[in-house]
Amino acid sequence: MTDVLIIGCGVIGAACAYELAHSNVSVTVLEADNDVANGTTKANSAILHAGYDPHPGTRMAALNVEGVALARDICARLDVPYDPIGSLVLAFDEKDLETLNVLYDRGIKNGVPDIELLTADEVHAMEPNLADNVCGALYAPSAAVVSPWEYCLAMAEVAVKNGVELHRNSPVTAIEQIEGGFRVHTPDAVYEARYILNAAGVNAGAVHELVAPKEYHITPNRGEYYLLDKNQGQQVSHVIFQCPNENGKGVLVSPTVHGNLIVGPNAEGVSAADDTETTSAGLEFVMNAARRSVPGINFRENIRNFAGVRANHSSDDFLIAESKFVPGFFDLAGIKSPGLSAAPAIAKEAARLLAGAGLELPPKADFADGRTRVRFNECTPEEKNALIAEDPRYGRIICRCETVTEGEIVATLSTPIPPMSVNGVKRRVGAGMGRCQGGFCGPRVQDILARELGCSPVDIPMDSNGTWVLCGETKSKAN
Amino acid sequence: MKELICIVCPKGCHLKVDEENNYAVTGNACPRGAEYGAAELQHPVRVLTSTVKLNGAARRCPVKTNGSIPKGLLFEAMRVLDDVELTAPVTVGQVVVPDLLGTGVDVVATKSFA
Amino acid sequence: MYQLIVIGGGPAGLAAALKAKEEGLENILILERDKELGGILNQCIHNGFGLHYFKEELTGPEYAGRFIAQLEGTGIEVKADTMVLDITAREDGVKVVSAVNGAEGYMTLETATVVLAMGCRERTRGAISIPGARCAGVYTAGAAQHFLNMEGYMVGKRVVILGSGDIGLIMARRMTLEGAKVLACVELMPYSGGLNRNIVQCLNDYDIPLYLSHTVVDIRGKDRVEQVVVAKVGPDRKPVPGTEMVFDCDTLLLSVGLIPENELSRQANVVMDPRTNGAVVYENMETSLPGVFACGNVVHVHDLVDFVTAESQRAGAAAAAWVKNGPAASARTIELKNGAGVGYTVPQKLRLDAVDKAEIFFRVRQVYGNASIRVMDGEKQLAAFKREHMAPGEMERITLPRKLLEMAAGDTLTVEIAEA
Repeated sequence: MTDVLIIGCGVIGAACAYELAHSNVSVTVLEADNDVANGTTKANSAILHAGYDPHPGTRMAALNVEGVALARDICARLDVPYDPIGSLVLAFDEKDLETLNVLYDRGIKNGVPDIELLTADEVHAMEPNLADNVCGALYAPSAAVVSPWEYCLAMAEVAVKNGVELHRNSPVTAIEQIEGGFRVHTPDAVYEARYILNAAGVNAGAVHELVAPKEYHITPNRGEYYLLDKNQGQQVSHVIFQCPNENGKGVLVSPTVHGNLIVGPNAEGVSAADDTETTSAGLEFVMNAARRSVPGINFRENIRNFAGVRANHSSDDFLIAESKFVPGFFDLAGIKSPGLSAAPAIAKEAARLLAGAGLELPPKADFADGRTRVRFNECTPEEKNALIAEDPRYGRIICRCETVTEGEIVATLSTPIPPMSVNGVKRRVGAGMGRCQGGFCGPRVQDILARELGCSPVDIPMDSNGTWVLCGETKSKAN
Repeated sequence: MKELICIVCPKGCHLKVDEENNYAVTGNACPRGAEYGAAELQHPVRVLTSTVKLNGAARRCPVKTNGSIPKGLLFEAMRVLDDVELTAPVTVGQVVVPDLLGTGVDVVATKSFA
Repeated sequence: MYQLIVIGGGPAGLAAALKAKEEGLENILILERDKELGGILNQCIHNGFGLHYFKEELTGPEYAGRFIAQLEGTGIEVKADTMVLDITAREDGVKVVSAVNGAEGYMTLETATVVLAMGCRERTRGAISIPGARCAGVYTAGAAQHFLNMEGYMVGKRVVILGSGDIGLIMARRMTLEGAKVLACVELMPYSGGLNRNIVQCLNDYDIPLYLSHTVVDIRGKDRVEQVVVAKVGPDRKPVPGTEMVFDCDTLLLSVGLIPENELSRQANVVMDPRTNGAVVYENMETSLPGVFACGNVVHVHDLVDFVTAESQRAGAAAAAWVKNGPAASARTIELKNGAGVGYTVPQKLRLDAVDKAEIFFRVRQVYGNASIRVMDGEKQLAAFKREHMAPGEMERITLPRKLLEMAAGDTLTVEIAEA
């Protein structure tokens, strides 16, 4: 029987696995998809919020501020792209200026470091491309941008390296209560665990109800985005927010850690947890809203639209608690924004809850922290030559847009969590993330994966299982 | 009466060909259009290009018919190519299928492979 | 130190290198990022290439193969599987090209001149923001062409094609011959972007309907495309509600335009033309950087490779002249402006002293019946060329003799279309 079973390997599940891997307990993670970070974690604003939004006194406020501080160190240790560029909330009128005062006060109460209110002149000096009618801003230097999927992947990889068992393609189909814990069923296996952490994101409610009566309701809420080419990445140098309203934090404009410009999201209730469709109405709304902040964004330089689904629930706080009916079953649910920011703090909170429920967490003496990967396009000429001398595949550029080498792609296959799909490679090394969106490198990545895994390219999906790319060989008779 | 777009030049005249009147063409801006329209309805022909299996560094060898074949034979010709398997080296122009379906036209490789 | 480095070993780069050699350069290097020379022609296995240049109809691999064969014995050096990372012009005029490959690692190469011949890439779903599901099954036509023609794999069985550019049309026929069902070819504009003969031989031959003034408004499917929704568009090119048609299919191919691949040029600070997305060039294909030339689809997207060859030979000859005679000097430079109906011109600038006859290439912005191309000096017409038919899908060409250019009062001339 494993000590802790974590359901879901998005950023929350991965953060919990990483946290618990520091202790001498056995941990198993079950992920329904064929890769980690493949739900809300990969489709969001990629922002670590400073922490002035949540209401003071809520758990969300405390975990947000604690989380961003922890994230900085984790990203440094685990070689995760992270850039503390700071954020600005813009005011366009008197009413907005009042809102900024409210946010400022909340920020002070929440312990957000170094926040300040800026005059119109100050904010225009910092961001010359903002709309002329911006009349003030709240500046929070501790906000950062991050690669959310690499953040999740890095924590999961280090957890696995330190003994955590991760099973992908393992959707939980049934949970039984047994003596001293639980028996958890997936289509291919059965697991037994003393405690369960439910980190199933938008599906947390459904997982909860496999073992306990309904205690909360998750309302999927979709946000749509634009990702623009790197030539738009210099439009702004901070995360640019508008004043929040009842629909959330509003449409933001921000450089990404990869140098692109991200614009979004809107907020729309959807019926299905997996409804990541984009709509022309939603995208038009986002475009117009973003132009209020930064009128000069050239949307002709768009390279991708996507949508993510927030796991909203009825209260204004995260839902982090042991089930009232099923002891030992802990929900980490309703992790809407700022969930990415709070993730490592949520994990620490989960560990505290487990300890409170009787799990001993003795430190693991031989815990091996740290992780690095080769980023060829960031190497000096000398480093490039050293890599190529060691393995000539580092001299073969597969992704032209992002300058990703065959060496980097092949190396992902010997990491603790190797990719199973073309997009799995994309999330690990960036191949296909650029302006041609894999038009050139996609077939080559497919080929390399097939070669290295000893299968046919036909067997390599684009992303999740079922997202097939090829349906067979060209043979007119067979079709 | 059949309608066709003339492909003799980029202008793309919309031709009308009267099958019952000795394939008389109207709508053409030049005599070449009349010739094309009449021929296209009586015995349309096409060059077929495709690939065949290749055992070598590359997986497929591109091929073409070295002349036009009747349009009606295109799919049958594709099925013939399904069974062709080449092994490198291959030289451009090399005959891959002689006398394709009795047309007198050969299928030839359009690329060399060492 | 090289006399010429050509970046890109497709039809443009091959023609430029061979011409420069013919014009007397000895020390020429071609850098090609793929494993083999030939560029995109390798996957264009259909015929129709070479009618102008070779006076016969060749397939893409055959057309490329003829130039590759000519390299033999020329001493032109080729590094394949080699990616150029950047180009810088040193103060002494020497250009430094840094590149990487598996055999030699990271290298910096010095050269007197550079020919940019990187070609173009396809516009993607993102570039035109097609809404809908993020499922698999949406390919650019060229990516699908690579899978079929180079690797021998099918990308789907029931196909809708958005865009009637030539690659899309060619793929409609290719997939049909391989046993797929192509349900529709959908074009936003009221006219096709491809050549007429491709409409006939690729769509009409196989009874594939072409929907002009239509677009894709939704993509549905959980894991893989299951449906594509097509709607009519109004004169404003916006979908008309209530005109939706649903196609049950597993694949959507996009043939929605090509973009010159100029990241290297931009990074080298070459002045770009926002209309072509390529470099601004002079009569001899020289860019704003002295000694750096550009040719082929990296300058403007061509519809016939024969014209790429001709243009690239001019660039190669100019690079040779640059090495032998130094930079072209001219007391007077004429800039070509676009008037009514003209989308762009290449070249954009003409150095009068270097011009004997200037060939001007351009595209019109709409379909014209009887119309004339006029060269205007302000209000004054200097020349007019009658055309019975012009369309955006077909590149136009006029020749302006130096005598005519010298008649310009100022330093600009305008090319425009006047309907009869």
